[in-house]
Amino acid sequence: MRSNPLTTTLPLVLAAAIALPFAQGCKPANTKSAVTGDAASKVFVPPGQYDEFYNFVSGGFSGQMSVYGLPSGRMLRLIPVFSVDPETGWGFSEETKPMLMTTHGFIPWDDSHHVEASMSDGIQNGKYVWINGNNTPRIAMIDLKTFRTSSIIEIPNSAGNHSSPFSTPNSEYIVAGTRFSVPMGTDAERDVPIETYKENFKSTVSFIKPDTSNGTMEIAFQIKTPAVDFDLSHSGKGPSDGWFFFSCYNTEKAHNLLEVSASQNDKDFIMAVNWKKAEQYAKEGKGKMVPGKYYNNSYDESTHMATSKIGTEVLQLDPKELTDLLYFMPCPKSPHGCDVDPTGEFIVGSGKLAAVLPVFSFAKMQTAIANKDYEGEYDGIPVLKYESVLQGEVKKPGLGPLHTEFDDKGFAYSSMFVSSEIVKWNVKTLEVVDRVPTYYSIGHLSVPGGDSRKPWGKYVIAYNKITKDRYLPTGPELAQSAQLYSIDGPKMELLADFPSIGEPHYAQAIPADLIRPHSLKFFKIEDNKHPYVTKGEKEARVVRDGKNVHVYMTCIRSHFAPDNIEGVKVGDDVYFHLTNLEQDWDVPHGFAVKGAQTAELLVMPGETQTLKWTPTSVGVQPFYCTDFCSALHQEMQGYVRVSPAGSNVPLSANTKSVDAGI
Amino acid sequence: MANNKNFTLNTLKAFSLIGITAFAMACGGGDTTSSTPTPAPGAMVKTPEASAPMAGLITADEVKLGAIDQGMVAKGKEIYDVKCQACHSLGTNRVVGPGWKGVVEQRKPEWIMNMIVHTDAMLESDEQAQALLEECLVRMPNQNLTQDDARHVLEFMRTLEADKAS
Repeated sequence: MRSNPLTTTLPLVLAAAIALPFAQGCKPANTKSAVTGDAASKVFVPPGQYDEFYNFVSGGFSGQMSVYGLPSGRMLRLIPVFSVDPETGWGFSEETKPMLMTTHGFIPWDDSHHVEASMSDGIQNGKYVWINGNNTPRIAMIDLKTFRTSSIIEIPNSAGNHSSPFSTPNSEYIVAGTRFSVPMGTDAERDVPIETYKENFKSTVSFIKPDTSNGTMEIAFQIKTPAVDFDLSHSGKGPSDGWFFFSCYNTEKAHNLLEVSASQNDKDFIMAVNWKKAEQYAKEGKGKMVPGKYYNNSYDESTHMATSKIGTEVLQLDPKELTDLLYFMPCPKSPHGCDVDPTGEFIVGSGKLAAVLPVFSFAKMQTAIANKDYEGEYDGIPVLKYESVLQGEVKKPGLGPLHTEFDDKGFAYSSMFVSSEIVKWNVKTLEVVDRVPTYYSIGHLSVPGGDSRKPWGKYVIAYNKITKDRYLPTGPELAQSAQLYSIDGPKMELLADFPSIGEPHYAQAIPADLIRPHSLKFFKIEDNKHPYVTKGEKEARVVRDGKNVHVYMTCIRSHFAPDNIEGVKVGDDVYFHLTNLEQDWDVPHGFAVKGAQTAELLVMPGETQTLKWTPTSVGVQPFYCTDFCSALHQEMQGYVRVSPAGSNVPLSANTKSVDAGI
Repeated sequence: MANNKNFTLNTLKAFSLIGITAFAMACGGGDTTSSTPTPAPGAMVKTPEASAPMAGLITADEVKLGAIDQGMVAKGKEIYDVKCQACHSLGTNRVVGPGWKGVVEQRKPEWIMNMIVHTDAMLESDEQAQALLEECLVRMPNQNLTQDDARHVLEFMRTLEADKAS
């Protein structure tokens, strides 16, 4: 007999369920009881057929982004972003190392939380997605032609880039709100006692300007704000286009024991930012350049190389001088999600510790601002009256509201972390119409297009924090669980579970038709402008430059040129510059050399990538292709002879395989 | 990755006979020794006309050969150096695929261009192409040449006449 997982593994959830009047809604019975009807036929994608949506899911503490097909839940790709990836050589190849450079040096890891999709007129356009690096504050931009990270920008004067990377309706800006307040300015101004938090600590929200023609980003401007912790954010749209909304917690200004001391106030804030006005002030020169060092790294597809630019200051706007930029709306209590409905009229705060879901009206907010209907101010920023900006509250939605998304039929879906459920409610009437359990402890959720002006509807996906008994046990550590629900009918219906990478936070689901036709199949060798490209075996060679040995190497099914190299000495730095001469889809070649201190290279057709190898001992070292490429893959191999330092063995390379017999 | 994924057992069975007769010259060819039986001259190359033409393939009418155009030859050689040379010698020996010396005397011009431009379709449907795959065991890559590129490569091949002595 298996024990009841509730009594053994989920006492907290059970206790919460019993304590609530709507206990039936959040009573996860067991692993088998949840699926009804013809769920199987709704998620079955026959072999050879394609999924309807791409689901771009944050990789959490893996630092990466994973891509699933929906409704099948099949994993299609893991995109390396903030963490090194030995499988592809990301962060190990000479070309990609600059992508992970920061003011703290080379950082091989981050914690990636939220995915945002590029939009035109508030509608997903399938061109790019962004994801935030939470720990060492950064934003990455990912090109959906290649499913590769095209740029990573560091955010100065930020500490914990959590409230990020949300987009304005035409992706004019991507925002970055700091989770931690910090002292800013000169070294002396930043070296202060932590207990002087209230005097010396400030927060910022930054507006990043992406260039969707080449996948790069620049910091447009930054707004200095009172010391609050920014959690999440979303842009206005339609009538509220031009505004941005950020959820704020720790309005208590606590700097220690936050679990308790930052949960004192009944209400925290949603901060409304008039970004069109901020943009205008920035253009009019009303900001000032302040110190703020940051790296701006981008990858050039024609040179197949990343480069880093270093910025030293940013344009900062001060709302104490520019008084119509910021307004606070009181929001119960420690709000996480800050979500704007498809019409752009309603802003929903999801307060993790709140008993209601407040729905704010943009029109009312505008009236309250016009009438100066303030209940006071917070560090000089007007605080609007709660009652004046409130459209209404969703009463008793569940425990621990975290995040809300919307469908195309006027309904909202809110995740309830503590009571482990999704609650569906009517945006107009604010009535709860359905609730369904999740397994277990849902964090974010996602409806395809659910934060845009045009939700595609059809599904809601739960990204859960706790997995427990959902899968075969794999020791103490379990893959995180995502769950797919149908929202076509009046009742939500659980269709499938699928495991995910790292901890999935926010995600975007985008119709496959917006992405699939534009997917790049290979890089044109004619357009390869890599300084160490080898365009054909006739150019294959080995060149010594002091202690550096450059190997201009080609690969094609199924051989390397050169495949025998001599004259390398212990202490040399050998750079294998591999050019894949193939010009067909899905024919990468891999490269590994014995004793490489880095990783393998995986070189796409038409691409050049470089592996640095520093041989440490004398001998003949093998190298080979790591990616099964043809029936003669196993023959795709070669040798490097390594002689002692000071040896007179001349540098030579065998590239004669093809010429033989002519 | 399994790029020989279409190289199925059925393909093997269906084309084994043709393979034996066709590849000897096509792929081993020239003066290299081959363990396969020497085929009768008439059986060495099956004419493309013998199999049903596939829709979309380049037809004989589309390929007009005149006096050798040195401009086209130069362009063809340039493409060869980057995209073809790693696998095809200019002699008669096979490296990965067959050497090109004398290839225009063995293959119809449109067949050569189809192998270059419509590589996958040819490997799926053309008996000679399949016979070559059985011999070489590496699927010829589609190197994404345009029809014009292929025409230039063909012109370059026309300068690689077989030695009269062989």
